[in-house]
Amino acid sequence: MNWGAVKAIYRFEMARTGRTLMQSILAPVISTSLYFVVFGAAIGSRIPEMEGVDYGSFIVPGLIMLTLLMQSVMNASFGIYFPKFTGTIYELLSAPISFVEIVIGYVGAAATKSIILGLIILATSYLFVPVRIAHPVWMIAFLVLTAVTFSLLGFIIGIWADGFEKLQVVPLLIITPLTFLGGAFYSVNVLPPFWQVVTFFNPIVYLISGFRWSFYEVADVNVAISLGMTLAFLAACLAIIWWIFRTGYRLKN
Amino acid sequence: MQDIITISGLSKTYATGFNALKNINLGIRRGEIFALLGPNGAGKTTLIGVVCGIINPSSGTVTVDGHDNVTDFRAARELIGLVPQELTTDAFESVWATVSFSRGLFGKSKNPAYIEKILKSLSLWDKRNDKIMTLSGGMKRRVLIAKALSHEPKILFLDEPTAGVDVELRKDMWQVVRDLRAAGVTIILTTHYIEEAEDMADRIGVISNGEIILVEEKKALMQKLGKKQLTLQLQEKLTALPAGIFGSAQLSLSEAGDELTYTYDTQAERTGITRLLASLTEAGIRFKDLSTKQSSLEEIFVGLVHQDKNGAVK
Ligand SMILES: Nc1ncnc2c1ncn2[C@@H]1O[C@H](COP(=O)(O)OP(=O)(O)O)[C@@H](O)[C@H]1O
Ligand SMILES: [Mg+2]
Repeated sequence: MNWGAVKAIYRFEMARTGRTLMQSILAPVISTSLYFVVFGAAIGSRIPEMEGVDYGSFIVPGLIMLTLLMQSVMNASFGIYFPKFTGTIYELLSAPISFVEIVIGYVGAAATKSIILGLIILATSYLFVPVRIAHPVWMIAFLVLTAVTFSLLGFIIGIWADGFEKLQVVPLLIITPLTFLGGAFYSVNVLPPFWQVVTFFNPIVYLISGFRWSFYEVADVNVAISLGMTLAFLAACLAIIWWIFRTGYRLKN
Repeated sequence: MQDIITISGLSKTYATGFNALKNINLGIRRGEIFALLGPNGAGKTTLIGVVCGIINPSSGTVTVDGHDNVTDFRAARELIGLVPQELTTDAFESVWATVSFSRGLFGKSKNPAYIEKILKSLSLWDKRNDKIMTLSGGMKRRVLIAKALSHEPKILFLDEPTAGVDVELRKDMWQVVRDLRAAGVTIILTTHYIEEAEDMADRIGVISNGEIILVEEKKALMQKLGKKQLTLQLQEKLTALPAGIFGSAQLSLSEAGDELTYTYDTQAERTGITRLLASLTEAGIRFKDLSTKQSSLEEIFVGLVHQDKNGAVK
């Protein structure tokens, strides 16, 4: 392993984040605040409690997940797509590094950034609603696992994409809807039985449920299942990465 | 001495089915400057790409200082620096940051003094904190060279480094190349400017249609394939070549009628000059001066590729 190279890529990517720090942080903080105003104050005042938790507090884990998933996918996909687009990828391909170092560097940086953003949103939430974290260690574990998994997914998208549209399609048309339908703002139990069944095919339900459990100990599905699904998702992404590594898919002629 | 790069039976067929390299066998000697010449689309960039690990070969092997560039790619690539043909740079990073990044990719520990030395030798020191996107094309080319040198490579590939580059930079660059060669670095370059190959190279390879059609010491090549021209300035103008003069097929008369040019092959056993001069004297043609000129590499090269296209020489 060429850890020096991993460090170089990681630093390079974090520096890129640093240059756009204000917009990286401001946008999610503002949109999260708006959610609190709209859902928490305006609508939430008519919904007294969800699963015994004050509605404003109830949506905090879902909001964090929303940003975490979007940011992980977008950061990682853009991070690896850009060198492909500009041609600077030649440098990665001719350096004494394998695909493993490239993945660790880019995915590590993307995950780091989205974890930082997740924590900033958590801090912002404290300004609006009471938040209680029952299992801090599990909370961090779900946060990190999800960030890494979706950064891997983003990396795969970045490799697959051959244009900026494809880069946008997956986050906008798949991740955002699945997150909204995945119980970010409600408990799955409030849905009619048929839609409850449909919902369980949405992988993001498991992430949000497990994450919310680490806050308020309320969950749509058993925590063990949530954790298992998250790990399964991680394994699937790693498998695809391995296949890209073996075949050189869309990296080398 | 053992070659530093050995390319054996290398072929590359692109996904489009295009056969860009056909069974290339080539050795690069340690410490030499090797110029790879060939028309556009001959396969120069593809060949460099395969050696550097950017392009997967379809068949054949490459070893770099004894390390196979696939099975032992880390050891092989550590030795190589690459200046790509296209001006592919980051935009928002500073010169210093991008050059340091390149060094980091090779897993080398920081060495600010060394990077300072490179930047100074390429006249980039004043620009070290500038964003790359604010630099001119020539300056970006210098940045690419600095990046390629950042990890102290033993072998440097320069893919058309002077295409579209100003005179100033060319001079700087060839100075850097000479210094590198003096320090024992092996240099492989492709260029469109044949006079550069003529100036710089120790050996020359010619590639055409994915095949290496010739590899030769530059000096030997110039001697072997060089055509020479003998120009005679006449005392009295001629309207036409008189009949019956020796070697008239190789003779031509200038439009003004005051110069006769005789083209001959230096590698032929007899150049025919003596007989030509005797025959001219016999015909009563007198001349006031004469000069000879050796053909340039460019003329040799154009001749070679032309022959190759016609299938005359393989
Ligand atoms: N990615 C590719 N897919 C298909 N054909 C390619 C690709 N890259 C280069 N070629 C073709 O291979 C040939 C050699 O290209 P190249 O190595 O760039 O030539 P040179 O550097 O000598 O100009 C050209 O005909 C080019 O069109
Ligand atoms: Mg080329």
